[in-house]
Amino acid sequence: MADTTTTHGVGGLSFDASKRHRPVELNVFIALVLIIAVFEMLGWLLISDSFLFNTRDRIDTLFNEARLKIIILQVSIVGIIAIGVTQVIITGGIDLSSGSIVGATAMIAMSFAQVAEVNGNPNPKAIFPELGWVDLPVIVPIVVALGCGLLAGAINGFFVAYTRIPPFIATLGMMVTARGVAKWWSKGRPISFPTESYSAIGEGLMPVIIFITLAIIFTLILKYTRYGKHCYAVGSNEDAARMSGINVEHHKLLVYTIAGTLAAVAAVVLSSKNLTAQAGMGVMYELDAIAMAVIGGVSLAGGRGSIIGTVIGALIFGVIISGFTFLKLDAYYQEMVKGGIIVGAVVLDQWRQRRQAIEA
Amino acid sequence: MTMGNDVILQTDGLTKYYGGVHALEDADFELRKGEHVAIVGDNGAGKSTFVRQITGVEQRTRGKIVFDGEEVNFEGPLEAREAGIETVFQNLALADDLDVPDNLFLGREIILFNLGPFSILDYKAMRKATQDALTKTAVKIPNIRNTIRNMSGGQRQCVAIARTATFHSKLTIMDEPTAALGVQETAQVENIIRTLKEQGEPLVLISHNMRQVFDLVDRIIVFRRGRIVANLLKEETDGQDVVAYITGAKTGAEYAENA
Repeated sequence: MADTTTTHGVGGLSFDASKRHRPVELNVFIALVLIIAVFEMLGWLLISDSFLFNTRDRIDTLFNEARLKIIILQVSIVGIIAIGVTQVIITGGIDLSSGSIVGATAMIAMSFAQVAEVNGNPNPKAIFPELGWVDLPVIVPIVVALGCGLLAGAINGFFVAYTRIPPFIATLGMMVTARGVAKWWSKGRPISFPTESYSAIGEGLMPVIIFITLAIIFTLILKYTRYGKHCYAVGSNEDAARMSGINVEHHKLLVYTIAGTLAAVAAVVLSSKNLTAQAGMGVMYELDAIAMAVIGGVSLAGGRGSIIGTVIGALIFGVIISGFTFLKLDAYYQEMVKGGIIVGAVVLDQWRQRRQAIEA
Repeated sequence: MTMGNDVILQTDGLTKYYGGVHALEDADFELRKGEHVAIVGDNGAGKSTFVRQITGVEQRTRGKIVFDGEEVNFEGPLEAREAGIETVFQNLALADDLDVPDNLFLGREIILFNLGPFSILDYKAMRKATQDALTKTAVKIPNIRNTIRNMSGGQRQCVAIARTATFHSKLTIMDEPTAALGVQETAQVENIIRTLKEQGEPLVLISHNMRQVFDLVDRIIVFRRGRIVANLLKEETDGQDVVAYITGAKTGAEYAENA
């Protein structure tokens, strides 16, 4: 038998390196390409237009750049949340509170980012006019926002790690509480008129740049740092992690704190982009973020997944939403299909796990 | 028995009650450096309870444990591990989604650059040390970068055992390391145990397998109903004899008052 393809391993055994498992991320990427291809085909069949490519003579580009921008722009903000949620799910937890943290943080941060005067009159929406807390430097609302997210995340982490209540319940509590804070903060009124420097944060493609930058940073952190290794270890086998000397409680506290802080980043970008903050901001974002992670191959059982997968999962999300708009289909269908995709991704994950269990 | 400087582990009157259940009573035990000792006994005889007291998994009711010349009170398995006691538990303490070096160095990673929790890992050094450790223990694993999930039961057990060899532990404890393994895998684990013996690393082996016990260890301790009932040198006993002690047909002369 000729075994030229095998590599020598430890102890004289050899193995076929080409037969290594195909990474989940590659499968997700193939799914993304397939979905784009389907929309491209449907486009030509139903409305005689291209989904991906530019078909207008006035513009001289190969791709339909406007559409590509929208695809990534509309998932960037939830994508930032999904980066944190991915880490939580890898450790075997879940975070239902991120959407509400976005709402509460956006309200609080925005009230520190307001201008003193609108068209020569005092800002009618100012929250702290009598204190003179207007026209503050942009760093103030950012620090306030990150502080709020960090606190909310730390409270989540504390309950999950030290009181040992299920993450589902701990973060469900935070979901309801943070939404309450968002409504209480200005008694339900929207907060508007941010300073120029604050509104610059979410301008144009800034959300995309922030999303991609954070995605790269956390990809590196998960891959090359002790924190990242411990995320996978805790999600994979919590008892083994504890026996190996990992401070599991400490780690969970850190993971949920990071997730809360990332939700706060999303809140800043969102409120800056919309130039206003409302108590209802970020409703359902937590589920979209979880869906992006799961579609991207992050296992709800913990221990498996990556930020790259989640980013591709987010793109699948964006492509589907854009695709439905492109085909001029009703927005209601979007939601229905989105629901189906979420369930489908989890079914796929279960199936993947069972198949691996049989192979092992 | 004489107390010498070459004693690595000694217990004096080690006792554990679970409520009204006397799971372990007055266990006096001694292990010398380089010695391999087997603990045998029926289910519920107190073998695992004995190990759990030594490794700090549980807190003893009373008694004294002297490890490496000092009296110790481990508050958890981690402290025992830091002191140099490595334990291979029945349920393997491995992270399925990580590869071999990750598991070997779990909780004590080699760091390239210290940034607290975000310290950068030195993968190259850990892979190198893993290769060395596996070579040293003669463990055969084709691809160390494969995740534990994709490995056979024997390979998993070997990884768990290789972990103890990597960190030059002062004492290795194995709780039925081959209970769930096939013939070849058992042979591989037994080879690792022989390698440990050659390297002079002391071992406490809990096993139900008489053939294995007689193949691997120097001395056999028999537990029955929470008490030590025999302390036998391998050369001075045989399988039937040991079984007689396990079932209660015989009791060692020096333990007569225990029966």
